[in-house]
Amino acid sequence: MRFSFVFSEMGIAIRRNLSMVISVILVTFISLTFVGTAGLLQQQIGSMKTYWYDKAQVAIYLCTKTSPAEVCPQGEASQDVQDTVTQRLESTTLAPYIDKYYFENHEQAYKTFQKEFKDNSVAKYVTPAQLNETFWVNLKDPNQAPIIIESFNGLSGVEEVKDQRTYLDQIFSILNVGSLAALSIAALMLFSAVLLISTTIRLSAVMRRREIGIMRLVGASNFYIQLPFILEGVVAGVIGSLLAGGAILGIVQVFVQGFLVKQLPFTSFVGIPDALALLPILVLTGGGLAAIAAASAIRRYLRV
Amino acid sequence: MISISQVTKQYKGAPRAALEEISLEIDKGEFVFLVGASGSGKSSLMRMILREDIPSSGSIHVLGENLIGIPNRRVPHFRRKLGVVFQDFRLLPNKTAAQNVAFSLEVIGKSRGFIAEAVPDVLRLVGLEDKANSLPSELSGGEQQRIALARAIVNKPAILLADEPTGNLDPATSMDIMALLDRINLAGTTIVMATHDRGIVDRGQKRVIELSQGKIIRDARGASYGDKE
Repeated sequence: MRFSFVFSEMGIAIRRNLSMVISVILVTFISLTFVGTAGLLQQQIGSMKTYWYDKAQVAIYLCTKTSPAEVCPQGEASQDVQDTVTQRLESTTLAPYIDKYYFENHEQAYKTFQKEFKDNSVAKYVTPAQLNETFWVNLKDPNQAPIIIESFNGLSGVEEVKDQRTYLDQIFSILNVGSLAALSIAALMLFSAVLLISTTIRLSAVMRRREIGIMRLVGASNFYIQLPFILEGVVAGVIGSLLAGGAILGIVQVFVQGFLVKQLPFTSFVGIPDALALLPILVLTGGGLAAIAAASAIRRYLRV
Repeated sequence: MISISQVTKQYKGAPRAALEEISLEIDKGEFVFLVGASGSGKSSLMRMILREDIPSSGSIHVLGENLIGIPNRRVPHFRRKLGVVFQDFRLLPNKTAAQNVAFSLEVIGKSRGFIAEAVPDVLRLVGLEDKANSLPSELSGGEQQRIALARAIVNKPAILLADEPTGNLDPATSMDIMALLDRINLAGTTIVMATHDRGIVDRGQKRVIELSQGKIIRDARGASYGDKE
């Protein structure tokens, strides 16, 4: 086996077939950029989950005068209800799960509401009495929210017990759909990349059929005949995936770290290390797919 | 060396068999002319010996290999023991004479050192050491065929198959090629040569196997091209 010879044959093949090789590089580049973007979105969802889930609270909303009668038949929750809730939160059954909790009355709720909806016209119509008095509960482990929900759901004078994570889950499901969409586009593009690679390799083989004919006559092994073509595909695939890796790094550096981080300062975002972790996956995908596509194309062309 | 027994080859859709119950033995060091009209089965027979094709029935043994049962991955190694030349030379136009010969050694993984010695040697043998750096387009037909012969024998094959090697050459040049083939044969290489050239066969007075419509109609030693005409 002489690798220098195999590589020089591969170089000749690439030079003769340059425009096709460039198109393979571009298609692999774009499709793997989509794969990488989907990967980044998944990592983003992961890091947001750990960040926000820790801060998410369970809210125990007490009944107001305006609450629907089905859940709050006796209207505004009395002081007794507040005492019962406090008692249960302090009880030995629940206390071990709770990190801290605090009570928010109508006035405090109104102030928070006014602050959060400062620019929204709804702020003008809301009165303090309409806003629920609320127990905000921070859990030691946010995954144990169902324990609190079960303990207070149905308690007379409690309108609703809500795990804030359910709001976050909606955001995450939107991001998930986004990454799924990126993955589906990537799958289609990768499929066309595979077809393009097999066409390119077959074209390359046709252009070199004279050499191939002589190689077979003088007894070159199939592996030796096929290797330059497979390498041609792999080189194109790897160059495309390296470009995709560069694009992913660029997106993280310029868009995420340079823009989003400044716009949304209290959110944790994916960084360069996350993008670097994706790089080997992209290169393996690009090189591997190219190798398989090229090998099957050249094998079909070169039946003994 | 070459042992063919009851070989029949029927191609799909062809009205008659390309080869019909062919049996023959060729021994080490023989020089055999295969003669017969176009379509008589000469090329089919050569393809069978090279294991480019498999007969429909019968058996072929070449250099101790059973060509019916040989697995595909062993075929390349089998072909390294054979040399082949064609009417159309089949040289690579973008490589020099020396590079064309070297190419056939490179692709079977021979070392650089071996190639550096073997290529000038074989070019000297065919009398073209001074044309080593010429492209095929700069060489005459006879010179190109000599390069092709150099490529075929550089790996010291036990058998040389020649499919109308003089078909594209003028009579004088053909004589040169025949002289070269005789020298290769004297050095111990078995030669099977398909040809239409009556003059060459008559002058050679070697073993002649004549094919007609896929059958052997004559197998004679020290013979001429044919009695007809």
